[in-house]
Amino acid sequence: MTTATATIGAVPTELARGRGGGGPAPMRIVVAYGFWIFILSDMVMFSALFAAYAVLSGHTAGGPTGPELFNLHNVFIETLCLLFSSYTCGLGALSVERRHPKRFLILAALTFVLGAAFLFIEFSEFAGMISQGAGPSRSAFLSAFFTLVGTHGAHVTIGLIWLIYLVAQFVAKGFRSAVLRRLLCFSLFWHALDIVWIGVMTLVYLMGVR
Amino acid sequence: MDRDDRLHYEDRTPGVEEYESGANVLSYTAGLGLAVLTTIASFVVAQTDMLWPPGIPVGLIVLALAQIGAHLVFFLHLGSGPDHTNNILALAFGILIVFLVIAGSCWIIVNLNANMMPISVR
Repeated sequence: MTTATATIGAVPTELARGRGGGGPAPMRIVVAYGFWIFILSDMVMFSALFAAYAVLSGHTAGGPTGPELFNLHNVFIETLCLLFSSYTCGLGALSVERRHPKRFLILAALTFVLGAAFLFIEFSEFAGMISQGAGPSRSAFLSAFFTLVGTHGAHVTIGLIWLIYLVAQFVAKGFRSAVLRRLLCFSLFWHALDIVWIGVMTLVYLMGVR
Repeated sequence: MDRDDRLHYEDRTPGVEEYESGANVLSYTAGLGLAVLTTIASFVVAQTDMLWPPGIPVGLIVLALAQIGAHLVFFLHLGSGPDHTNNILALAFGILIVFLVIAGSCWIIVNLNANMMPISVR
């Protein structure tokens, strides 16, 4: 047993890559990999919703169509909100890595505000559509629209709640490695949501107004 | 060894040293710049006739893929380094499944639509 431990200790760290050679991979890499698998499974779920929307987008049942409902000006602002919040989230992860607690808190607050602005615009868009009688039960197109865009919005909402929870943990516990790994997972999640939004923006809004 | 150090020590698998990723402010800013550029390009392409109109959906898909690529490289820091081999393999598998689900659904449903009997209007 002592020999085994000594052997692991003697192997240079840069050889441990999570594929068996050079000993066990660092926990950070293992955790990020596991979370990456979760994100990919989430992407597979979104792909089913995208496929449903692509199939149903023409079936408006005589109701309002995409070009009548979508306001590209709002969508552009939403896109920029999400994009900049991804950027501040990345810089936040960087400031944690470099041990700048104050900078991290400011960037986390910016991430939260930009994400909340995105959600606010999205919810007011939904509310406007429902008040015009274009709710999810109006046509197959609108059911697919609300399911796809609403699921993305639900993910953003969960992300914001998670961010509050993580910042509270960070304030209470500081730069502890478990907290750092959770922040790493959160930034993966947040960037992945931005990637899903690129698909929503392109398929639903930009192709929808043509 | 104080309490916090011990926590750190026990929390780590063997072979863990200080973590230094390849990320820096410059790479995030480059990613942001590319993403903003491709976003603006997408909105311009969709709202003008700058591209040949029947080619606009293809142009939008290309711009979306370019932006996703920029996100993967500059925000998620996927690279060709040995640290990323497992992540890239998983991503390739994920892309395969996403492609099968979307392309397969569209293919099947378009076929079904084409083979439907005309619906008589009552």
